[in-house]
Amino acid sequence: MSTGASGFLERFEGVLGKLPGDSALRAAAAAAFRASGLPGDSRGRRIEAWKYTSLRAVADAKFQREAAPRHEAETILAGLPLLDAPRIIFVDGAWRDDLSAIAAAGFARFAQQPDFGTLTWPDREPMVALNTMLAEDGAVLDVPADHDGGVVQLVSIAASDADFHPRHSVRLGRGARLTLVEISVGQGTYLLNTVAEIHVAEGATLTHIRLQDEAASAFHVSTTYADVEAGATYDSFTLNLGARLSRTEVHAQLTGKGGAAHLNAAQLLAGSQHADFTSVVGHTAPGCQSRQTVKNVLAGKSRGVFQGKIEVARQAQKTDGYQMNQALLLSPFAEVDSKPELEIFADDVKCSHGATVGELDAEQMFYLRSRGVPEAEARSILVRAFLAEALDAVADETIRARLEAAVEGWWERQAA
Amino acid sequence: MAAVTETLDTVQSVTQSGYKWGFETTIEMDFAPKGLSEDIIRLISTRKEEPEWMLEWRLKAYAAWLKMEEPHWARVDHPPIDYQDLHYYAAPKKRAGPKSLDEVDPELLKMYEKLGIPLKERAILAGVDPDTVEDRQVAVDAVFDSVSVATTFQATLRKAGVIFCPISEAIREHPDLVKQYLGTVVPTGDNFFAALNSAVFTDGSFVYIPKGVRCPMELSTYFRINARNTGQFERTLIIAEAGSHVSYLEGCTAPQRDENQLHAAVVELIAMDDAQIKYSTVQNWYPGDANGKGGIYNFVTKRGACRGARSKISWTQVETGSAITWKYPSCVLHGEDSVGEFYSVAVTNNHQQADTGTKMIHIGKGSRSTIISKGISAGHSNNTYRGLVRMLPGAANARNFTQCDSLLIGDQCGAHTVPYIESRNPTAKVEHEATTSKIADDQLFYCRQRGLSEEDAVSLIVNGFCKDVLKELPMEFAVEAQKLLAVSLEGSVG
Repeated sequence: MSTGASGFLERFEGVLGKLPGDSALRAAAAAAFRASGLPGDSRGRRIEAWKYTSLRAVADAKFQREAAPRHEAETILAGLPLLDAPRIIFVDGAWRDDLSAIAAAGFARFAQQPDFGTLTWPDREPMVALNTMLAEDGAVLDVPADHDGGVVQLVSIAASDADFHPRHSVRLGRGARLTLVEISVGQGTYLLNTVAEIHVAEGATLTHIRLQDEAASAFHVSTTYADVEAGATYDSFTLNLGARLSRTEVHAQLTGKGGAAHLNAAQLLAGSQHADFTSVVGHTAPGCQSRQTVKNVLAGKSRGVFQGKIEVARQAQKTDGYQMNQALLLSPFAEVDSKPELEIFADDVKCSHGATVGELDAEQMFYLRSRGVPEAEARSILVRAFLAEALDAVADETIRARLEAAVEGWWERQAA
Repeated sequence: MAAVTETLDTVQSVTQSGYKWGFETTIEMDFAPKGLSEDIIRLISTRKEEPEWMLEWRLKAYAAWLKMEEPHWARVDHPPIDYQDLHYYAAPKKRAGPKSLDEVDPELLKMYEKLGIPLKERAILAGVDPDTVEDRQVAVDAVFDSVSVATTFQATLRKAGVIFCPISEAIREHPDLVKQYLGTVVPTGDNFFAALNSAVFTDGSFVYIPKGVRCPMELSTYFRINARNTGQFERTLIIAEAGSHVSYLEGCTAPQRDENQLHAAVVELIAMDDAQIKYSTVQNWYPGDANGKGGIYNFVTKRGACRGARSKISWTQVETGSAITWKYPSCVLHGEDSVGEFYSVAVTNNHQQADTGTKMIHIGKGSRSTIISKGISAGHSNNTYRGLVRMLPGAANARNFTQCDSLLIGDQCGAHTVPYIESRNPTAKVEHEATTSKIADDQLFYCRQRGLSEEDAVSLIVNGFCKDVLKELPMEFAVEAQKLLAVSLEGSVG
């Protein structure tokens, strides 16, 4: 079995016609993927969007489809800090009815409703092309107009050393509300390559919380496209803790007057972890607001990447865009790469970004140490304070508490 | 306030006269045939009476260039450049080398007079009140197309041990220094345009400041592109030995033209222990007409190496001209506690495109850098700040502060910010801030209320917006720069 791009393409040849949905679209995506290869693959072209992240390791990895999962999905599930709310569980990319608990209304599976949506660009993004080629299942969530969908949890559990390409679609009708909590975990060496397409109709609000705590040897790639209409809000927060290599890519388009997009994130990395948070906020309508606070805490030999672009189109007057990116380097071997970008074509706008990189503030350390706080504890206090600002963006206290608990777990793992 | 009044006067005069510096002199030119080949490079080298090693160096660069592709990552858009459709060598017809100003072509002197560059000794640049300025001296190495025709102040400089001469002369007279330093900051194969320059550069300046010497005057070079279809490939090399200090001014205007002209300069600065180099540029080459026709293509590689401990290199630029600007004056901070600075004002109007910024590469312990960039876009123009701050593992306690502000005037232009920040040392601190806004209505209202016209108000506010950069300019340039800002934005409001 071949590895890398050709491995995926070979497998695609094998399953062509057996996968749900438009096979012409899949073939076009395969052609695009054949042309682009995996980003960072030796034969691939240099892609600016992947300047700091190479998927060479994904190309070298061997993913196998096995009949039986290697690990116990149930055990992994039991260890998750789930809320008492509806849950949709996918194991190795496949829907698990027995583990899920969700009302039938408003929920469907991609396998049954294979709609690839209209927002993605397989010809521009290699990993979207790969997903479009091989997607088998995923969640399709519809919240009708003026309906409050409450909290829904979408969980991905990887239990095999394979590659999974879930395809999710979330649509909120006018004035609808939903809090979507997405959790991805697993065991082993696998690739999770998710694509999600999100529509937030006029006046609707989607709160999208993500916790990525994949296995230490796993690869996690997630690409989200959100279309935010007039007066609607897409409020997202991503916490990246796990995976050997992760790439979280969000494209939010503000297409109606007075829309808002909040793309907040925190990444805590240690060992030789690499995490890349890349976002593009497109202001195409007037009077929209975008807010971003992205924080990286980097220990060991880890590498944190932030690429954030705010695009303001000619007609998007009165745009208000703000972006803050901060990185804390806790070790002499860690690296941070940050590229906050503004692309502005309208004149009556208020856009700014700020970025800081450094270690813990020496004066703050001294303050704590002079009050008898041991060094390790003082460091931990200051790092938590640094992170708290990012986590504050999560308004729901119960959910925030779960995220804080996940951060605690990360600290314990570091101490162990 | 005097400068502001002058700004307003300039706006007035230019509104009536159009591009003020757009004239052509009719000195006979000596052209090499169009096109680029090894033979043309041999011809340039022969004309310049260069030693064999220099020709080899050029040919090596040419071989590298042939294998390279023109870069397209910058946010600039232009029809493909036909590198075979250019003259790579043009020189005013030579009389036997001028020994004093009396021997310089009177046409040329007249042109400099029009441009307002006093070539006389002890000259003080126009517009500066002699009573308020101490006997300031400015040495001018004037570059007329490709051959430096007049060099002044040589005697004073020689006494101080400073070498300030055309680079072609330095290659002949000071081959050891040139050999030792040329291409060590910007290698021949550094990038497409630098490789091209290395192969065909025809002139530029060479400056050598010996150990412990404070250069007794500001050094100034005047670049001009004058022959139709002649690419201008300047090469400047400045070496500041330990403890020395030099301030170098570069300014340029070009006659009005219809066809695009290519310019690909390379500037290399080297600062040893405790040395300081201040490099200031005012660039107002022909930007093309209001419809985006014509104008200079300016693809420049400028880089300084702070090799010594506590050395300092400071770039200040006011970029108002050129149809396309592609320019990233950078500092490589090797030395412990070395300092890099970049102060920039870039103004684009009509259909101009500017993609400019800097790179600060921190290698040495305690190295510090400051980046202040002010971009102003008007008309249909696009103005991009593109910069890199890189902290390498050895850059303990290094520090960078970056501020990029963009101002948009009108709703058909674009302002873009593309900073790259890379850090591999936890004790290094990087701070970056960027803002984009338009001129605030209340500021405009305030000025209008006091009787200023809208255009005057805008130029006043823009000058205020750029103050942080303009104050870094040597005085001679500060006045000119203020005028230029107003001229460049002419017609963008109202």
